[in-house]
Amino acid sequence: MKTKWKKRETMKTGKVLISTTEEKETMVVGEALGFIIKEPLVIAIDGDLGAGKTTLVRGAALGLEVEGKIRSPTFNLLRVYRGRLPVYHFDFYRLEVEEELFDLGLEEYLEGQGVVFIEWANKFPSFLPGEYLEVYLERVCGEGGNRQEWRNLYFNPRGDYYERLLDIFLENTCYDFQGRINYRGRDIKEE
Amino acid sequence: MKTLIMGLETSCDETAVAVVEDGCRILSNLVSSQTDLHSRYGGVVPEIASRKHLEMINPLIDEALKEAGLHYQQLSAFAVSHGPGLVGALLVGVSTAKALSYAWEIPLIPVNHLRGHLYANYLTGATVKHPYVGLIASGGHTDLLYSSEEGEITLLGETRDDAAGEAFDKIARSLGLGYPGGPAIDSLAREGDPAAVELPRASLGEEGRFDFSFSGLKTAVLNYKNRVEQKGEEVNLENLAASFQQAVVDMLVDKTIDAVLHKKPASLLLSGGVAANSLLRQQMEERLSRKAPGVFLLCPPVHLCTDNAAMLAAAAHFQYREGAKAPLDLNAIPDLAVSRTS
Repeated sequence: MKTKWKKRETMKTGKVLISTTEEKETMVVGEALGFIIKEPLVIAIDGDLGAGKTTLVRGAALGLEVEGKIRSPTFNLLRVYRGRLPVYHFDFYRLEVEEELFDLGLEEYLEGQGVVFIEWANKFPSFLPGEYLEVYLERVCGEGGNRQEWRNLYFNPRGDYYERLLDIFLENTCYDFQGRINYRGRDIKEE
Repeated sequence: MKTLIMGLETSCDETAVAVVEDGCRILSNLVSSQTDLHSRYGGVVPEIASRKHLEMINPLIDEALKEAGLHYQQLSAFAVSHGPGLVGALLVGVSTAKALSYAWEIPLIPVNHLRGHLYANYLTGATVKHPYVGLIASGGHTDLLYSSEEGEITLLGETRDDAAGEAFDKIARSLGLGYPGGPAIDSLAREGDPAAVELPRASLGEEGRFDFSFSGLKTAVLNYKNRVEQKGEEVNLENLAASFQQAVVDMLVDKTIDAVLHKKPASLLLSGGVAANSLLRQQMEERLSRKAPGVFLLCPPVHLCTDNAAMLAAAAHFQYREGAKAPLDLNAIPDLAVSRTS
């Protein structure tokens, strides 16, 4: 059975929207998110090609104190890292049929002891657990000659636990004078 | 006496088995996607799966022995890639090799998959002269390496995000060119103007002198396509494919030639699926002959550039001569660094 992936409109009506104009900023959002993660959980990441899904995970890995480079998991399907918690970085981009997911042993990781990031998760929504944090990244190209380009990051908690997680994320996140995202993570770390 | 090594490869998508004599002559070289074993064993076989490796590996071993005209007792050693790769996939090869090594009393040699790619160049009949600079560019890796002498391989630089082959595949898919993306873009680009669309070449500063980045290029291509479509115009696919390919090739050639000028090696070795790209081969050769005319360029034929098991057998030949042998507790190492043999 082939599963066709359709962009669900609900994903864009996420509870929280953060816009970033640079790769660095997407990284900072990810880092802020990674920083508040204290226990195993699941984050499903979807969005346009080149929207910054891997960049977001790269930032989150920083917040989770992963050492070493985070590279695209597309080819390998799964990359494993060690941080404060184990980090499992999945990518469904190349997968075509659901059986392939069984063979990857995803279910074991979902109930495991680590933080699971799944890029292109919505290709196989039936595999996602009952509760998770959904992140949708949208690449926006402004019209006109200045070629301005930015990203919209929609955060959509699925379940009470993830509602709370998102609240904590927002409490620890603020905007600097240029209106760019910043977070108080470093201050908290120093305390 | 002849050395006959059987290689087993299951690090990612391909199940592959080969027999190589004396580290340079291929007696058989089977890759699952290129054989008709699928149809012979019936049923739908998922493209990417550890289970597929399990289903394929035993028939491929039988077939490889048959094609080489050998009985298993004649084998000198097994070579298996134990990393880097997907752990479930790697374990199929590693477990099979360990079981056969134990049952048939044939020594087992673990081979780093990435190092294996470089040894594809030993199967071409050419003499590989040290020291060398190596470029491995494939769907999963983009690494610049340096080897001072046999067995000594160090990492000069690598991709910080996407691999070169991954960029080809993703751009090909988004332009509706199908999979695999490399050959599709390569042939379409021949009809296009490589200077038509201005695209960025990632510069990573002095500390990233030998590192690569293809993620920004991917985004730039997609943005260009979006802008053209927003204006209600049609994208000239030939020109976009040619400009994209030129940008990838420029980055690969620039950094590789820089590494050659820096390291002053005797030869330059290419490998990995992207090394099959015709523009890359042509421009690497041109630039090398201009900038470093004394350096030999080695590049294996296409079927040895992509994942195969003959390259592992070739790599294991040197380790075998030195008496290397894996214990039976050998494990798969998904993030095995290229500088390490085990």
